[in-house]
Amino acid sequence: MSKRKITVAVTGLNNIDSPGPGIPVIRALKESKLFGVRIVGLSYETLEPGLYMHDLVDKSYSIPLPSSGVASMLERLGYINSQENIDVLIPNFDAELQNFIKIETQLKKEMGIATFLPSLEQFESRHKSVLYEFGLRNKVKVPRSRMIFTVAEINALHKEFTYPLMVKGKFYDAFVAATPEQAVGYFYKISAKWGLPIIIQQFVSGNEVNVTALGDGAGKCIGAVPMRKLYITDKGKAWAGITLEDDELLKITNRVIHNSKWRGGCELEFIKSNAGEYYLLEMNPRFPAWVYLAVGCGQNHPEALVCMALGKKVKAFKTYNSRKMFVRYSFDQVVNLSEFEKISTLGEL
Amino acid sequence: MRLNTNIAISDSGFIFNPATGDSFSTNNVGLEIIRLLKEEKKKEVIIKNVREKFLIDEATLDKDLVDFLMMLRNYQLLKEDE
Repeated sequence: MSKRKITVAVTGLNNIDSPGPGIPVIRALKESKLFGVRIVGLSYETLEPGLYMHDLVDKSYSIPLPSSGVASMLERLGYINSQENIDVLIPNFDAELQNFIKIETQLKKEMGIATFLPSLEQFESRHKSVLYEFGLRNKVKVPRSRMIFTVAEINALHKEFTYPLMVKGKFYDAFVAATPEQAVGYFYKISAKWGLPIIIQQFVSGNEVNVTALGDGAGKCIGAVPMRKLYITDKGKAWAGITLEDDELLKITNRVIHNSKWRGGCELEFIKSNAGEYYLLEMNPRFPAWVYLAVGCGQNHPEALVCMALGKKVKAFKTYNSRKMFVRYSFDQVVNLSEFEKISTLGEL
Repeated sequence: MRLNTNIAISDSGFIFNPATGDSFSTNNVGLEIIRLLKEEKKKEVIIKNVREKFLIDEATLDKDLVDFLMMLRNYQLLKEDE
């Protein structure tokens, strides 16, 4: 059977020690049984390693940072689309998603670029700042949490929380604070990088387990693969992980996807407490950087997402091979200065 | 007492619990005990069978078996009958 040729634009090419999901998503698409995929990489920085991975990324363009707004993004994507004729766009950063959700209709109508994203309401409903309410609505336990905007609020936290507690940024970063003094330090560290608010969350002791999942937007969970981190970097990222057989975790995941009618890829981060209860710590609104593990055990979530973006009906995956591990590695690419010069000056490579 | 379901045991002594992702290695004696647990044998039968295969006195085996079973429980590999 001949594969349909399509062009997919992908962000998140920062395959670094705290990797974006772009390269794993591209690997998944390159292994598609349905599509012959040409990849257009979209980058925010000139040292994103994916820019120079020419075996995976066929052509790259720099795009404006999310903070510059949707108008400049639309203009840039208009130019890129005139060169590349993009069929599907997969954004892979939390911080850029809001902009892409806002221009989803324009991308489709004016440029013919399909996406498969959650609605703005869905996107905002799982923010760390309102995750507790999200848990109540979707019948999943969430550790007590609240937003703080000033360091002075840390003094009063002992009335509501017990130490240790988690100090989290609104998009990224999370630290365990054992004392108010540590919480103050983490408040400054995170707010300097990601801004305010800072999320304070009750610490739950147990094992962290994560699920990569895909919802069809109508309440059906198309696929879900649970994983436990076996080796964690100093940034808290999985350097190795293993798939799990855990019916309860899959049941909770299905319930969350069903109740929220989640549309698109996502990652659910849980703590399995010592008493065996699951607490949802975060719901990330895009595929995780370890999504290629799902491909390796029989569920190609990025391919299924592309199918749905193109309007095809997709059957839910029923099984996966649970005895698979991933072990990440780092790799030094040697790059000609002329390539760096090209992306730096012309904004394309 | 019985082994949790789906625990995978290889001939090399590699034990894998797919529910937690934990893996362990054991020696031949441990492997024999785990095989017998998988067959839902009682403690007395395990002692008898192990003593037939390995040169060990009953008192030492009894004490080591208690320790070994406790370790299996701690690693969530073994549970008591309800």
